Amino acid sequence: MLWLAEPPLGHKLNKAKTHLWDDSMKDIDYTAPRTLAEAAALLNDKGDRARILAGGTDIIVQLREHRRDLDLLVDVKNIAEVNELTFDPARGLRIGAAVPCYRIYENKDIAKAYPGLIDAVSLVGGVQIQSRASVGGNLCNASPAADTTPMLIALEATCHIAGPQGPRQLPVETFCTAPGRTALERGELLVSIDLPAPKPHSGAHYLRFIPRNEMDIAVVGAGASVVLDDKKQKCLAARIGVGAVAPTPLLVPDAGAALVDGALSDALIDKAVQAARAAAKPISDMRGTAEYRKHLVGVLVKRAVQGAIHRAREK
Amino acid sequence: MNDHTEPDQPATGKATNGNGMSRRQFMKGSGVAAAATALTQAPLLEASAAQPAAGEVPGMGPAAGRLTLNVNGQKMTTNIEPRVTLLDALRNYLDVTGCKRVCDRGSCGACTVMLDGKPVYSCSMLALEAQGKPIRTAESLVQGEKLDPVPAAFARYDAQQCGFCTPGFVVAMKAVFEQNAKPSPAEVERGLAGNICRCGTYEQMRDAIYALCNQKRRS
Repeated sequence: MLWLAEPPLGHKLNKAKTHLWDDSMKDIDYTAPRTLAEAAALLNDKGDRARILAGGTDIIVQLREHRRDLDLLVDVKNIAEVNELTFDPARGLRIGAAVPCYRIYENKDIAKAYPGLIDAVSLVGGVQIQSRASVGGNLCNASPAADTTPMLIALEATCHIAGPQGPRQLPVETFCTAPGRTALERGELLVSIDLPAPKPHSGAHYLRFIPRNEMDIAVVGAGASVVLDDKKQKCLAARIGVGAVAPTPLLVPDAGAALVDGALSDALIDKAVQAARAAAKPISDMRGTAEYRKHLVGVLVKRAVQGAIHRAREK
Repeated sequence: MNDHTEPDQPATGKATNGNGMSRRQFMKGSGVAAAATALTQAPLLEASAAQPAAGEVPGMGPAAGRLTLNVNGQKMTTNIEPRVTLLDALRNYLDVTGCKRVCDRGSCGACTVMLDGKPVYSCSMLALEAQGKPIRTAESLVQGEKLDPVPAAFARYDAQQCGFCTPGFVVAMKAVFEQNAKPSPAEVERGLAGNICRCGTYEQMRDAIYALCNQKRRS
């Protein structure tokens, strides 16, 4: 019959499933373990075929755009440890890996103690994203342009990891190893990110440049944290983290070291700026050329350091 | 359409779909034997209703399972696959079409709903993740003939052209007012930053929101 010359409708529908903007996701299994051990066992069993679901703002879009191929999503939001958000002025802050951004900035004690962290979590996407997206997810997605990671680096965060070989800890600056890749081994998951208690006369600031005011990916991001002396004229310690200028968010030790080298001055900050520009190894892409990013990272580091010093002096 | 034997076909309306669907053995061949056994016996909902015994991991998939959502104060049940997003569940399975599908990638805001009192993009979360939490869509802002002040102001000030983004804006604006009854201009901007109007009716929206804030200030 004539109509057979046209493939049946079902055929067209199946073919459409390979399209980039196909609206269906690949068939997946979903599981919601209640303990870290269960989650680790599932991840260990499935390896690369399983991935963690926390806020889902990255993974669901990646799956739907067929940028990632999985068999199993492990929803960790039923596990107590990854939902923990506790602040103790003496011991510091523990951010469970699945705690959404809004829980951090809506907590007044945390907002007061960690203004630099609040800068970062308040500019991840828009409010709808912040209702879901977690700092842990932002870190594990391992984007070079992750908004919260440079600030975590500047704040000297530690990653707490659970896995089949038992728990371990990593400094946050070593957690991302390449774009989309982390130091997590098979079966391991991020449990929490711990920040040390803020020291006296300390301050932090995070800045990101995007062409819009919100809902965009960083062209460059820079976070600075400083500890000043009692007279607030000298810097005792400083850490600078930068994003979107290398395959992973970077700690720039030379920039931090430059700031502790004498009384604070514009010239001293310029040394830190030069160090950050030297450490930056950006690429050119649709968001900006490598030259532009190298220039921008200096501008942002300068402003982030100035902002951090200002906050430390205000305290 | 005569070849609709696939299990991902939506159940019509709010009715629960009959069975006759084979639930593939979850985690077939998995080394996590305890988990797999538990899962073939019970889909997530039944498993999570009662506290699962030690060693059982609640889960489901890839075939459809029963899901009950609390939408605008009403319990709605359907059969759904784990991969279905909250947006698709609401629109295609439960016939709640106030949330709109535009970018479907978590950046335009047309699909905004309130989940547990927080504005979220329903396109970038799974329907399964919303169970047990109250969901409010633009439909919740109409009681019979009576419009909530937010959509009423949008209508009065003609704050739409094609109107497709409007339900998302209205829900996001409602969320701003629930957070702070007298928001500052900066809070309004921040609350609406995750929504886009491609017709560019921002001026009229500004007028509508300005009028709303003035009403609140007087009250």
